[in-house]
Amino acid sequence: MSGGKPPVIQIRRVTKSYGHGDAVVHALRGPLGPDGAPLGVDLDIAEGDYVAVMGSSGSGKSTLMNILGCLDVPTAGRYLLDGADVGHLDEGQLALVRNRKIGFVFQSFNLVPRTTALAQVELPLAYAGVKAGERRRRALAALTLVGLAERAGHKPNQLSGGQQQRVAVARALVTAPAMLLADEPTGNLDSRSTEEVLGIIDGLNARGRTVVVITHEDEVARHAKRVVRLVDGAIVSDVRQAPVDGPPPALAAGVVA
Amino acid sequence: MIAWQMIRFAVGGLAANKVRSALTMLGVLIGVASVILLLAVGNGSSVAVKESITSLGTNSLTVSSSASRGSVTAAKKLTVEDAKALASATDAPAVKSVAPVVTTSGTALYGNISYQPGQIVGTYPAYFETANQKIARGDYFSADDVLNSRKVAVLGSTTAKELFAAEDPIGKKITIGGTPFTVTGVLTTKGSTGFNDPDDVVIAPLPTVQNAFTGFGSVNQILVQATSADTTAEAQADITRILMGTHAVKDPAKVDFRISNQTSLLSARESTTKTFTVLLGAVAAISLLVGGIGITNIMLVTVTERTREIGIRKALGAPRAVILGQFLAESTLLSVIGAGLGVLAGIVGSHFSVVGIKPVVIPESVLGAFAIAVAIGLFFGSYPANRAASLRPIDALRHE
Repeated sequence: MSGGKPPVIQIRRVTKSYGHGDAVVHALRGPLGPDGAPLGVDLDIAEGDYVAVMGSSGSGKSTLMNILGCLDVPTAGRYLLDGADVGHLDEGQLALVRNRKIGFVFQSFNLVPRTTALAQVELPLAYAGVKAGERRRRALAALTLVGLAERAGHKPNQLSGGQQQRVAVARALVTAPAMLLADEPTGNLDSRSTEEVLGIIDGLNARGRTVVVITHEDEVARHAKRVVRLVDGAIVSDVRQAPVDGPPPALAAGVVA
Repeated sequence: MIAWQMIRFAVGGLAANKVRSALTMLGVLIGVASVILLLAVGNGSSVAVKESITSLGTNSLTVSSSASRGSVTAAKKLTVEDAKALASATDAPAVKSVAPVVTTSGTALYGNISYQPGQIVGTYPAYFETANQKIARGDYFSADDVLNSRKVAVLGSTTAKELFAAEDPIGKKITIGGTPFTVTGVLTTKGSTGFNDPDDVVIAPLPTVQNAFTGFGSVNQILVQATSADTTAEAQADITRILMGTHAVKDPAKVDFRISNQTSLLSARESTTKTFTVLLGAVAAISLLVGGIGITNIMLVTVTERTREIGIRKALGAPRAVILGQFLAESTLLSVIGAGLGVLAGIVGSHFSVVGIKPVVIPESVLGAFAIAVAIGLFFGSYPANRAASLRPIDALRHE
């Protein structure tokens, strides 16, 4: 796709279905073949890209997100993350992949209760076995990046929603993952906090981080370089809004949050 | 470093629910404390029995008639002559002294106070040394008193207290079964072993008691003192040989008397207290087990409550082992702190005497109870921890 670099994400003929026999539900199916069987979803995401996956409720976007985030395994198909096939990994190896390659940002923030912002951000580093001093330094750097350095000692219940989500973003990027995966990151935020968080994500992408955002808001999708729409578990449109190598459209247009 | 992290997470988890953690620890605390304390009580009573063995004299032997009822030849009773034969034997160097003993019961009167002592003993002065009865006030009766059948008596401390209260009994006259006795001495308190009171006794010269109560027939026992604790076996052989002679018994298998030493008598008693200790320990162990189940229960609640947190940690790349370790550390911390406080409570509690028994802490029980409690924390915590660790991150994150 871009400059010969291998894509960060390559999914081939991926399907996900629940239930058995007549009750089977295809959450992710892709186009149907001539015999009516699902062919599966194909999707490549290049390094440095900023992709918004859109779709209404039940379109399969959450399923796709769970598979991309190695939280769930596809029923069939191949998934290569950063060149490695994650389909054959065991639980421990998947934990390692989540820790090293993926940074999660959730709609409901999902911070660990009763834990200070600094400790939250240190958490993935702790699981990665980084030494305490180094951990602290990197966590503070990440918090500074999201503008919360002075809130390092605050616990989730002492932070506003926007601040909590910024801590979550700091936590997601502290391990320098191959991909930042955000599931409705602004779904629970007011418009001002939304702009703040999206501004931070835009900034991260401008510095080269690959970002995948799951959303149903056009407002959010406008920030992405590429918009993929899902309907009933299949990709129905794939629109590029800006080149992979350039800055994200919001920054390019000078709309700085 | 990961281990240190796990302990930090565990402490945080426990601190989040202080009352719940404290109550769970209380369960373990009670379990450990009761194991230590109840075993200490059992051990204390066993120690008391051991002390009474030494207080009775380890080198004394008791010869009694074996009441082989139903046998064709009626057993010959022990007599004063048997005792004299033992005492005068020149070929029994292990025998130091001999005291024939008759025992009876009766009511003692002093003024208008009436009291029934546990035992009225008629014997020789050698009895005092052999039975390790020491005088506290006054004096023993003498061999001369025995020869002249004087009506004198030495009282055990309990009997003296019952009859005289604060009064000095020495020189006073008491009446037992119509016979007046002059009190010459009071014995030192030996202390109860829990079954009968060795201090509830009246000791008088043998012929006096025989004359007043039992008649001049047989004696109940002959108390023999060996020269030392090491020569009791030798003395026992000598006694058997001499009494077989006086009783005209040829076959050693058909002797009509029985020789027992105090140690063997009391070792039976000691085994009773061992059973007692084991039973107490078993009850305590059950309460420790219940404490352990309390840990499982609370950890299960904790895991359910924190399913979402587990999901977040897993999404951030926490390996299974770390989640397992965190919850195991939590349950083990509960049991370790609970057990530590339980040890403390048990040791403090053992400084008070329980139902008249001074508890003696067994060091092994402290270590054992602590170790078992910690093991229980690991064992009973492993099920909830394993449940937490095997949650699928996707399910855990969706949990509300």
